[in-house]
Order: sequence, then C-alpha cells, then structure tokens
Amino acid sequence: MASRRPEPIDPATTGFGDAAALSAADAAFVAGLAPPAPSAYHRLNPMTKAVAATVESLGAFVIGGYLGPLAIIGLAVLPAAVIAGVAGRLVRISLLLTLPIAISVVLVSVFTRAGTTVLFTVGPFDATLEGVDFAGQTLVRLLAISTAIGLFGLTTESRSFVLDLERRGLSPRFAFVALATLEAVPAMVERASVIASAQRARGLDTEGSVRARLRGVLPLVGPVILSSLTEVEERSLALEVRAFGRPGRRALLWRIADSGAQFAARALMLVALLAAIAMRLTGTFPRLP
Amino acid sequence: MLQLTGATYRYAGYAKAVLHEIDLRLDDGEIVGLVGPNEAGKSTLCLVASGLAPTSIGGDLTGSLTLDGTPAAGLKTHELAERVVVGFQNPNTQRSGIAATVYEEIALGPMNLGLSVAETVARTREALARLRLDHLVTRDPLRLSGGQAQLVAIASLLAMRPRHIILDEPTAQLDPAGTRLVGEALRSLAETGTSLLIAEHKTDLLDGLCSRIVVIDGGRIVVDGPTAAVFDDERLAGLGVEAPARTRLGRALAERGIDPAVVADAVAAASSAADADGPGIAR
Repeated sequence: MASRRPEPIDPATTGFGDAAALSAADAAFVAGLAPPAPSAYHRLNPMTKAVAATVESLGAFVIGGYLGPLAIIGLAVLPAAVIAGVAGRLVRISLLLTLPIAISVVLVSVFTRAGTTVLFTVGPFDATLEGVDFAGQTLVRLLAISTAIGLFGLTTESRSFVLDLERRGLSPRFAFVALATLEAVPAMVERASVIASAQRARGLDTEGSVRARLRGVLPLVGPVILSSLTEVEERSLALEVRAFGRPGRRALLWRIADSGAQFAARALMLVALLAAIAMRLTGTFPRLP
Repeated sequence: MLQLTGATYRYAGYAKAVLHEIDLRLDDGEIVGLVGPNEAGKSTLCLVASGLAPTSIGGDLTGSLTLDGTPAAGLKTHELAERVVVGFQNPNTQRSGIAATVYEEIALGPMNLGLSVAETVARTREALARLRLDHLVTRDPLRLSGGQAQLVAIASLLAMRPRHIILDEPTAQLDPAGTRLVGEALRSLAETGTSLLIAEHKTDLLDGLCSRIVVIDGGRIVVDGPTAAVFDDERLAGLGVEAPARTRLGRALAERGIDPAVVADAVAAASSAADADGPGIAR
C-alpha cells in the first residue's frame, strides 16, 4: 500500500523546478522532516485514514442496530488500532470521550422513551425496555464514531493532513489558518506556563487546594489573552515579510506517499457508504439486529 | 539601492506624524546603522523603509520609497518581500507557528515565494550555514532559547535572499558571541551586494560593522555621517546614544593624558583573540 518512508515532492510533477537539482542527500533529509510513522497504518496517506474514519462513522449510523456498529469497531477499527499499536490508548480515549454523552443518553432514553415494557419506575419516570434498547443502539454508534475518529487522531499528525490537503489543492492561506489554529494550543500552554512562573515569582499562589488553584488561575487569564492579542499585528507583519500573501501554489518539502491501491480503497469505501445510504433511503437495506 | 525621499509618516488614527521629512539612501552592499533614543521613531522608520508602512499597516505616507528604482507605492506586500525584508526585535512574534522544525521554519519564506524544492533547500542550507544553525535543524522552533530563536528569525529572513534587509534590534536577545556571529553574517551578506539598515542600541556592533550611522530623534534625522565621525561626535550622549567602547576608552585615555595609540594595539589584539575563538555556536 504505502512506501516505507514519506517522499519529498518531486518538483518535476509540481511545475516548480528541476528535480535533478535536488541532491539525493537533501532529498532524503527533507523526506525525514515528515512526522514519524511508526506503523504501516501510520504510513497510510492521511486522506485514506480520513475517508476510513468518515465512512466508519457515517456507516455506523446508516447501518444502525447493534451488529453494524459493533462490526465496524471489531472488524475495521480495532484491528487497525492493533496494527498501529494504539489499541489501548484508543479504547481509553474513546471511553473517556463517550462517557459524558453516554450518561446523558442513557438517562434521557431509558426514562423518557415511550414503551410498553416497563422495567422499573423512579418517581414519575418509567424505565422502559424500548428505552434501554434505544440507548444501547445509540451507545454502540457513539462508540463506533469515537473510536473511528480517535484512531485517525492518534495515527495522523495534523500537519501531515493539512499539507496533504494543500498538495491536493487546498489554499495555502486556509492551510496556514488550520495549522496555526491547531498549533496555537501548545503555544498558548507554553505562554501560560511562562506567565504563571512570572506571577508565582511575584507571590501568586497557584498550588494547594482546588480553591487555591482556581484563585490563582484568574490573574493569569488576562495576561495570557492580552499578550496573545498584542502579538497578532507583529506576527502578521512577520508572515507578510516572508511572502505569505503571495497568490498561487507553493512547493512543499515533503509529502506522505499515496498510491493507486489507496485511491482504489478510498473509492471503494465511499461507494460502499453511498450504496448503504441509498439502500437505507429506498428501504432495501436489510434490517440487522 | 533603497531610497526614502522626503518621507513623512503618520500612523492610522493619529493626528501627528511620527517621521518627518526623512531622506535616507542605502547603496548596494552598504551597511547603515540607525541609532537614537527610545521613542525616536527607529522602529517606525524600519517599517516605512521596508514598505510595510503604509502598504500593510495603513497610515499616511508622503514622500516616496523606491527599491532599485521601482516605486514601492504600487507594490503588494509579497512583491515587497521579494525585494526588502524587515526583522523585528521579538523572535517569538516572527515564528510562523506552523513549522515543526527549525529547517521548515527557515524554508517557509522560499516556499511561499513559489520556488522549487531544490532552490528552497539551497537557500535554507545557506541561511543555516551563515548563522551556524545546522545543529538545530530538527529542533522544534517553540523550544529554542531566546538567542537561538533570534538567530532562526534572522536566518528566516536571509533565506528570502532580498536585495535589502532592515533589522530592528536584531541582537536584543543575543550574548556577545551570538552578536558577533550576526555581525559576521551581515558583513558577508553585504559583500554580496545586499544593503542593510540596522537599528541597534549596541553601538559596539554598529561600530565594527557599519560604514555610516544615522541618528534619529523626534522622528527626524539629526546626524548622518561616517561611522567613526558620528560616534566621535560629543553631541551623541545628549541624544541618548551611548558611544561605543572604543570611543569611550579613547576619551578616557585622552582625559588622563595617555596616548590612545598605545592602548589601541592592546584592544586590537583582544579583538583578534575573540575573533580567533570564533563567534560561538548557539546551543
């Protein structure tokens, strides 16, 4: 499917220059700048993983019941997670992400869904078998979605995905906004840490009980936000100095390999999803347990 | 050649101009130092000379800026970037925020110019070599010391290979070794025909680097002349500019009746020893 290492863009195919001018050593070096890909699943093109996550998520809803979403989790997502070596983390993260929604879904579905089989009563609310069944189906769908998206997140670096989209025609400006937004979080954490250290040096207490920590956080919020805003103009000027506003495409140093087989796999997944949607709309999709 | 003629600039929303009737010319390969007290207008002059004011930040400019004979008035910011670049004091605001490595950070400008991968790589390698940053190529730009970040910011500008470079306090966060390194890189750039305008408080750096010094005060150029003559001018202290160590030492020796030539040899020997130790590597 995918080659072992990411490849530098072949300038001859981008119309930007002469491929022969790039030495083998430089080509190998810039290819090595791509995020590390420790498994075969990591090495798949980001678009292939994104399509898989989308098809699995929507597929869980379209197929419905218990069997469909569980099959997606057991036959597609978990085997891929095992190959990627992230199964444990994926299960933990998915359960954590699903838990808050799961609690509310269970409470709302079990006690408010109309049904004929009452299992037990709590105050004015009847817990019905139909409500339990609906909650169960909703939960497996949610789990399928969270594991599918979680697997994508755990095996795909944001910059790989955005730069792959740019290679496919996404505007560099949009790519920058997407990446800068994603990268802003660690930068903001870093800035907050510096400001917190500075405030602690001046006697601010940010340790101890939850109340003390909350009290300590409030004086940090203003400086973190204001310092971010004051830097915006200089940051935008610095980008313009580096020709950020130049229209047209730009040469990218590396790309994650794609292949005909991956293209075919993506097409197959999308066709299968569209077929399932069509069958569901026309009522010809078999009813699964 | 970069030339400002009769430039008067007023920020958008402000009633008063910050720069008044500025005439400044940078010949190819010339390094000009810009000094003056705080709030004198140095940073604004850097923005105007780079064309970013008013092209990008707005405001009113009367007079003209020409870059190698081309009026800057009609140029877009990315067209300006191919001719003149400006570096700011705070390296953190010059980081793109999207590059995962120092190499990609420096390569961003050439990539934006739409250059080939081979040309981008060549320019990046050259900029890295000029500032001896090869050992940092795979480091996360977010995890650099202040000095390293400043060198990376300057390297990012050098990779654009502009005809004119304007630097606003480029060595503010650098130690003496890093400052010498930047001076060495800028001198070698000037030898290739690049003109440089450097706003700096470190007059020792300018003393060894610039052929000309411009002193600005209250938004007006008050002194413009050869480096040695300007730094020897006793009015400089009154303008809030500290003369370089060479000048101050010469004056102190003269006051004590010692021939400065006797000490000059020792100073030259000390400078040679520092140069022989090398400008150091940003670790």
